[in-house]
Amino acid sequence: MIAVLDYGSGNLRSAQRAFELTGHEVALTSKAEDFLQADAYVVPGVGAFGACMLQLEAIGGRELIAQAVATGKPVFGICVGMQIFFESGSEKGNHKGLGYFSGDVSVLKAPILPHIGWNDVVVDSNLFEGVEDKKFYFVHSYAAKEVVKGANISWTYHGEEFVAAIEKENIFATQFHPEKSGDAGAKLIKNWAKKI
Amino acid sequence: MTLAKRIIPCLDVDKGRVVKGVNFENLVDAGDPVELAKRYGAEGADELTFLDISASVDERSTMLEVVSRTAEQVFIPLTVGGGIRTVEDVNRLLRAGADKVSINTAAIIRPELINEIADRFGNQVLVLSVDARRAETASGFEVTTHGGRKSAALDALDWMQEAVTRGVGEILLNSMDADGTKSGYDIDMIKAARSVVNVPIIASGGAGSLVDFATALDAGADALLAASIFHFGTFRISEVKSYLAQAGYSVRE
Repeated sequence: MIAVLDYGSGNLRSAQRAFELTGHEVALTSKAEDFLQADAYVVPGVGAFGACMLQLEAIGGRELIAQAVATGKPVFGICVGMQIFFESGSEKGNHKGLGYFSGDVSVLKAPILPHIGWNDVVVDSNLFEGVEDKKFYFVHSYAAKEVVKGANISWTYHGEEFVAAIEKENIFATQFHPEKSGDAGAKLIKNWAKKI
Repeated sequence: MTLAKRIIPCLDVDKGRVVKGVNFENLVDAGDPVELAKRYGAEGADELTFLDISASVDERSTMLEVVSRTAEQVFIPLTVGGGIRTVEDVNRLLRAGADKVSINTAAIIRPELINEIADRFGNQVLVLSVDARRAETASGFEVTTHGGRKSAALDALDWMQEAVTRGVGEILLNSMDADGTKSGYDIDMIKAARSVVNVPIIASGGAGSLVDFATALDAGADALLAASIFHFGTFRISEVKSYLAQAGYSVRE
């Protein structure tokens, strides 16, 4: 079973369905006992970094994610659900993140924001096998931009280079939305689910 | 590596059914928005937009079910507009499976709605739909309501700038003059909008030939929305994309 952490509003239905296409059962939950039973974990996220962290803290999500990561089972962060794995975010004030990856999530220096639409990714992860040259769907204004020691980073460019995907030990996370990236996203999710 | 220009088909939905004829072969039910969404998704649409034109609140609840069924089957972004008045309306649509919502008249009546939605869900979920036409205003473009029949007594560029400051993440710019003419997008209007806002602009209204799409992109549009030319099969989305790719624009293949 794959558990999708349900800690706020936003579109979780697409994520649920996209992960179900791997053949695994998918549960949307914020309950510790259900979440921690899973074989793999998905951390979604929409809205501003700080607001997202507040909602996460409100359900004890920091501890839930810590326990999930500690199991060594696969963890997948999506969009702001990736950003909060970094040390901090500077969207609408400075906010502390979960701190699994070094660096800050800051506004992109680009003439047009938000960065909305399909963009290329220079991949550095086996999880992109079969979709190395495909575009993925992004919708965000803030991003992580620094190299993270010990992590494989896939980069995208919009005004400047930023982290499109990061993989470190059992954590894989994407700034883009795989569940909204058509066939390419489905393939990526399928590749990830093979680790379960 | 560049962000692709997006091609977005728009479906008008009334009481859960697609209105305006749709000319596709081999569709089991051409009136079912989900069937059409799947079809457009398979043809390479970069996003989908549903515009709910149902008259009553009851009829609109049907839209939630349409959105859920679409989100479960079509894995590209879905924007839903029509009848959104409150933050709770937005929440329901997002929970049902919409990725973005578009607002129009409700924001003109009460601009604070933009701040409220952006504060709760982020500006990336919010598209401001502007029905604009040429008029004797400061910029030469004014905002209209009621499908272009009434003036909102607002300068279109002032309104877009205010809306961006309040928190909209994208502007859907509908030219009421060009709409239905098939004589091309209103290029001057796109250029004027591009010169004052720094959020993505989705141009709409007037597409009649392939070169129209390219001209609108040159004017500064980031995405192009069209309805009847796709529904009636004048052009396939894949044809538009091949044309743009050959002309040197970045599109998703």
